[in-house]
Amino acid sequence: MKRALAIMVGAALILLLATLTLVVMPYLQMSAEQVPPDLKPYTEQQQRGRQVYIANGCVYCHSQQPRDPSFAPGDKDRGWGRPSVPGDYAYDEPHLLGTMRTGPDLFNIGARQPSIDWQLMHLYNPRAIIKGSIMPSYPFLFRHVEEPAEGDKVVNIPPPYGPETGKIVATEDALALAEYMLALDHTYPAPTLPKKPPNSDEPKENRAP
Amino acid sequence: MTPTIAILLIITFVLSTVGLLLLIWSIANNQFSHGQAAARTIFSPGEEGHSEDPARPSDPTFTGNTSEQTAAIEARWTADQSSRTAVLTWLSSSVFWLLLGSFFGLASSIKMHLPEFLTASEFLTFGRIRPVHLNAVTYGWASMAGIGVALFLIPRLFKTPLVGGKYAVIGGFIWNIGLVLGLSAITLGLSDGEEWLEFPWQIDILFVVGGALCAVPLLLTAANRKVEHLYVTSWYLMAALVWFPFLFLIANLPFAFPGASGATVNWWFAHNVLGLWVTPIGIGIAYYMIPKILGRPIISYQLSLIGFWSLALFYSQVGIHHLIGGPIPTWLVTLSIVHSVMMSIPVITVAINHHGTMMGNFSRLKDSPTLRFVWIGALMYTVASLQGSMEALRSINVITHFTHYTVAHAHLGMYAFLSFILFGAVYFIMPRLTNWEWPWRKLISLHFWLVSIGILIYVVSLTIAGWKQGVALLDAAMPFMDIVKMTLPALQARTVGGALMTLGHLVFAFHFIAMLMRRGAATEQPTLFRPATKENAQ
Repeated sequence: MKRALAIMVGAALILLLATLTLVVMPYLQMSAEQVPPDLKPYTEQQQRGRQVYIANGCVYCHSQQPRDPSFAPGDKDRGWGRPSVPGDYAYDEPHLLGTMRTGPDLFNIGARQPSIDWQLMHLYNPRAIIKGSIMPSYPFLFRHVEEPAEGDKVVNIPPPYGPETGKIVATEDALALAEYMLALDHTYPAPTLPKKPPNSDEPKENRAP
Repeated sequence: MTPTIAILLIITFVLSTVGLLLLIWSIANNQFSHGQAAARTIFSPGEEGHSEDPARPSDPTFTGNTSEQTAAIEARWTADQSSRTAVLTWLSSSVFWLLLGSFFGLASSIKMHLPEFLTASEFLTFGRIRPVHLNAVTYGWASMAGIGVALFLIPRLFKTPLVGGKYAVIGGFIWNIGLVLGLSAITLGLSDGEEWLEFPWQIDILFVVGGALCAVPLLLTAANRKVEHLYVTSWYLMAALVWFPFLFLIANLPFAFPGASGATVNWWFAHNVLGLWVTPIGIGIAYYMIPKILGRPIISYQLSLIGFWSLALFYSQVGIHHLIGGPIPTWLVTLSIVHSVMMSIPVITVAINHHGTMMGNFSRLKDSPTLRFVWIGALMYTVASLQGSMEALRSINVITHFTHYTVAHAHLGMYAFLSFILFGAVYFIMPRLTNWEWPWRKLISLHFWLVSIGILIYVVSLTIAGWKQGVALLDAAMPFMDIVKMTLPALQARTVGGALMTLGHLVFAFHFIAMLMRRGAATEQPTLFRPATKENAQ
């Protein structure tokens, strides 16, 4: 039993060490990072949109973390924006960095597509805007009505993607999600990023406080 | 610069000190000197040289002609029967979750190239069924089957009946309730939002409790053990059962880690689930099955201990290689890359032991279903791990990150390595628990070929397409939609591969149920890939 205990305690100690280096130290370092002054907290509606984004698993195809152009030039060249810094995520809980780019990075989608009508139409059926898109449609975020009531947000869908008769109106969830998309705009300068990377291989070295 | 270097130096120093202390402890406690004797603890006196799963007609069988052999066989039978209820609870559940997870995986795959497939209902949208697939196969199939096999191995490794098996049965029920609630929560859109941690944290408590209840029989049986040496498999199993609750608890602490530091915790956890939970279980099973079926001890017990401690040390710190290029401190990424590359040490030591023990016995793969599944799994562990070390390098990762290449790699690990070993173990365990042989040899064969061809198509198509996708993404000259179109044939091929794997699982589940219902003819002979003539079953 002594030996069995020694193995288990040894195993636990090693994991404890890993927890210190991979969980505690980064947390201490990153929570001390400066929050960019131009970053706004989410509004209630945007936060609700963020929950819709989480509930429908957008993160499984879209990242929110452009990489440094000296490391991966495609990210900036595609218009996805400057490399992100920890401060950019100060209001993100949980994080939605993502690990897949089946679709494009969304860190600055609000700056690339600032029209709410574009966002809603794209959510209703991505193929109505982008031929050959493999993003799913989200018809359940919309209602099909014969006559839109007052205050309804009508989404004009080009044929043949819309219904034969009546109108498509956005639900509260769809509007919230679209507002969250528009809020994804990190085009402000990042205070913790060096203006010019002094060393192109490891530009982030200087970012540590 | 200076604090970063200081931190790295301190970490390196602490790591090497811990490593050194462990080595000294191992030597002081004779972990090394008794090397080959310890490697033989899984055999009864006189059993060495006898295969337990007679893999070829000419095998000398361990029949119980002498009183010593009879006693050993009876002890083994008692050990197996003692864990029967607990093991069957966990294994039967795992087969159910495997089927469910496969269907969700297949539907997710179809949606990737037919985006209008099942879009009307929010409950079946891609972003919900994909996490249902991952969680069902990880926590349902792989974890439950892994725990089931571990419960079967514990009494055998300690040569004493399982004590406290009922705790594991209760744990199994709690774990299943957790899965039902967790998967329903994802379907209803109540996900926690982080990959591998989608289950709402309130539900996660059930997994911690269920897992902890499985540690009870492990500890009680270890306290009762009748063997002096702890065979290497028990090291892996004990460590895994310590690591998982710890990891799962910390990673799920609600609201503790916001923003970018949440991402580091997320990936520290997600890779540890692979490295410190399912990997030790998979390797541990292979360490038992291969020598047991061949009737010869592993070639180097010392290497297996080095492999164990280096796995613990290095694997626990690789997680941040999922965030290379991300918004986190560079030293952290570098630390994980270094450890990812260092992982080649445990991988190679395990490979030497697994494949070295197989040397000269490859012909047995023709007959024994267990050996064939387990050894291919062990081989794929070597392949997937070395591939993983390469993928962690910045120059490779810049291409493979964010692409289907990573998905192929994940399936090479979780499926071709882990699931193959679990399939093999189930084929070994079930006849010993039910005292019944697998009814149809052709179904085992069909299962093997369906899943093998399926995973081959899966991994090859996505690896090639993912690499091309990654190269193209780096150069904005190619429009994004052109890249999407380029990957479409591979996504379709993945559906074909996935469909074959799902079919294979249906065959496997059908056979498993038939086994539980004792269908087919009573036979004294084991069901092998080729008709066997002479040997006895047990």
